[in-house]
Amino acid sequence: MSHANYGIAKHRFDTLVIGAGGGGLRAALQLAQAEATVAVVSKVFPTRSHTVAAQGGMNAALANVSPDNWHWHMYDTVKGSDYLGDQDAIEYMCRAASRLVIELEHMGVPFSRLDNGKIYQRPFGGQSQNFGGAQAARTCAAADRTGHAILHSLYQQNIRAKTHFFDEFFAVDLLLDDEGYVLGALVLEIETGEPLIIEAKTTLLATGGVGQLFRTNTNAAINTGDGMGMALRAGIPVQDMEFFQFHPTGIAGKGMLMSEGARGEGGYLINKDGERFMERYAPQAKDLASRDVVSRAIATEVREGRGCGEKGDYVLLKLDHLDPEVIMKRLPGIRDMAMTFAHVDPIDKPIPVFPTAHYTMGGIPTDRFGQVVVPVNQGAAEPVPGLYAVGECACVSVHGANRLGGNSLLDIVVFGRAAGNKITEYLGESRYHRPMGRQYVDKALGHLARWDKRGKGESVGALRDALQRTMEHYCGVFRIENVLAEGLAKVLEIEKRLEDVRLQDHSKIFNTARIEALELENLVSLAVATVTSALARQESRGAHTRIDYPDRDDERWLKHTLFYREGRRLDYKPVTTKPLTVDSFPPKPRVY
Amino acid sequence: MRFSIYRYNPETDKAPYMQDVELTEIRPDMMLLDALRELKKNDETLSFRFSCGEGVCGSDALNINGRNGLSCITPLSSLAEPIQVRPLPGMPVIRDLVVDLTQFYKHYRSIEPYLIVHDPVPEEEFLQTPEQREKLDGLYECILCGACSTACPSFWWNPELFRGPAALLQSYRFLADSRDQATADRLQALEGPYRLFRCHTIMNCAEVCPKGLNPTRAIGEIKKLLLKHII
Repeated sequence: MSHANYGIAKHRFDTLVIGAGGGGLRAALQLAQAEATVAVVSKVFPTRSHTVAAQGGMNAALANVSPDNWHWHMYDTVKGSDYLGDQDAIEYMCRAASRLVIELEHMGVPFSRLDNGKIYQRPFGGQSQNFGGAQAARTCAAADRTGHAILHSLYQQNIRAKTHFFDEFFAVDLLLDDEGYVLGALVLEIETGEPLIIEAKTTLLATGGVGQLFRTNTNAAINTGDGMGMALRAGIPVQDMEFFQFHPTGIAGKGMLMSEGARGEGGYLINKDGERFMERYAPQAKDLASRDVVSRAIATEVREGRGCGEKGDYVLLKLDHLDPEVIMKRLPGIRDMAMTFAHVDPIDKPIPVFPTAHYTMGGIPTDRFGQVVVPVNQGAAEPVPGLYAVGECACVSVHGANRLGGNSLLDIVVFGRAAGNKITEYLGESRYHRPMGRQYVDKALGHLARWDKRGKGESVGALRDALQRTMEHYCGVFRIENVLAEGLAKVLEIEKRLEDVRLQDHSKIFNTARIEALELENLVSLAVATVTSALARQESRGAHTRIDYPDRDDERWLKHTLFYREGRRLDYKPVTTKPLTVDSFPPKPRVY
Repeated sequence: MRFSIYRYNPETDKAPYMQDVELTEIRPDMMLLDALRELKKNDETLSFRFSCGEGVCGSDALNINGRNGLSCITPLSSLAEPIQVRPLPGMPVIRDLVVDLTQFYKHYRSIEPYLIVHDPVPEEEFLQTPEQREKLDGLYECILCGACSTACPSFWWNPELFRGPAALLQSYRFLADSRDQATADRLQALEGPYRLFRCHTIMNCAEVCPKGLNPTRAIGEIKKLLLKHII
């Protein structure tokens, strides 16, 4: 550590990883093994990262339970993405899956087991054998705590690798030089309130999604899209933000996730008449259709008056027909949660559920090596030198318009590792840190200083509430032009009001109010990106459902959206329909 | 609803104090975390950690009416008024309800909390029978919230020497894993009067664990293994 720069402490590493969820930790591990010096900055202690909350599992065609191969997994993922996924990246991910699950198992992940001692796999939504045939069982699970098991194991491996952790440091802004190289980031030590520069030849964003955009969500409070916000402020666009996944089964009115594994183990949904309504919407896959399909079905049941309860505003997830042993062995976590939050023991009674904001398919545009790529002068996309992104904050895009359950844990491990390898390559070519000029830091310090303004003003909490309500109301499961337009006006007004927000707490030590203010800035910029992108896309695809444009329109819209902060400009780029080695899966009508 | 909350800001307060506050709008089903977040809307200086809100990230362990627990899964309806909210006992307080867990994490790191295998790894997964895997249930689910160790008198008295229930539970998680090959080293590292043997089976750890785990039992199992190992 040195204080050479203007009284601000400075650290220097080969690589700065921002975010300590599965993506960041898998990348850090790869880099540590390549003997690069790595700093992992996280606003929470690593095992508090949101990967910990992933329940159902991780997809890989191990074929431990049903016949399977990576090519079928690839087909399901392309179809699940409603053909918006990039097929080169999807092939790469699905081919790597089995090896990486095995690797995790070798690291110590306590996967559940089959009688023959192999890793237990359960059926999940959108999985098929033989390109759309019988249901597959592809999701490797550690009971219903797979994310917890994987995150803890990855953290443990990083302890072993002696990775440098900056726990409870908040990343404020990326630092870029005049040529557009990313030189590291300005971060804030939460405990002391002191800013600090972390200089690095390469910076990896692994900051997770932005589920806190919506009032009812399955996400942790920390999921405020900080990496995407930092990218936007650095002039980098975000891609496909209109595609936000609503998980079919959050606890009604509260949002806690009830894993798709519940349906994978034999649970199903019923409406107020006791009807297993998914049979009407997806005759073959039924309750294990893709998440977008099931969420729309539930929302439709409720809209058409077949919801349960006094207000008819939810449906029921029925598990009470299952052997209690299955629930206690395979779904102990969701049983606990249902009892705590819905006061229902699923062994005896069905759980009230409703679609709940869950996953950000969009994010910082990257290639399959984790490099952040941006089109240059209307031309082909080129890497932003020194900048990488993986996991939910990135958009590779392997999830396209709708992510399959079990593919997000896979995504973070596959691309965390890939980015680690690509960064190692770059470090081999780039021996020295580029000079860090004062002017590059000043802007970030100015941003931070904005929150020192005193006086009366709206509070962070009040504006965040307003934002979340607005997003839920104007940009939910079903969308339509005039409502979105009204929503955009509201979100822009909130963006304006943000200027007048003032902190009342100006202390330095563990000032969580200041952190929440910085998070709110990120949330607001991503709300603007999301509504703007959703208003522009005049079709229905995957999770983006436009009542006024009910069909998918491949002629006009088989393309990725790019949103730039400056001028709220939109741009588009083609979907990569050509895989690496196999034939392309051309768009087809999507039925389950 | 009335609350009495431990407050301490080292920048402005000479000493910690208990602050009485009232929350008028109580929704049915509210958890303590919901109440704290509402209170923070009125007074943003109130500082505490939280994240997942559903008892899996382990950020928000507090001392609630004298008992350690997670604020996000503690229903207000289960608590007598005024609700006393304090930071985890025995840890240095950074501010308000936020404690410094450095020592706690240090113990965790010290038990080598990762699978150690000396043999070349197979091409496929290590095989493990469901019965072998079942031995990890009740161990791997730990969320490192710190509720157990900071409820343990032995840990209060010897925070630097006694590993504490959380770290020892994790130690046993690896000892119990059929894939792990470092049993002898793990046991040896726990020998001596303090690291393991300061546990006097007071059972506070098992009593407060928000995940229903039982570190005392795990410690007992380690003691048994250690005896066998010595003999």
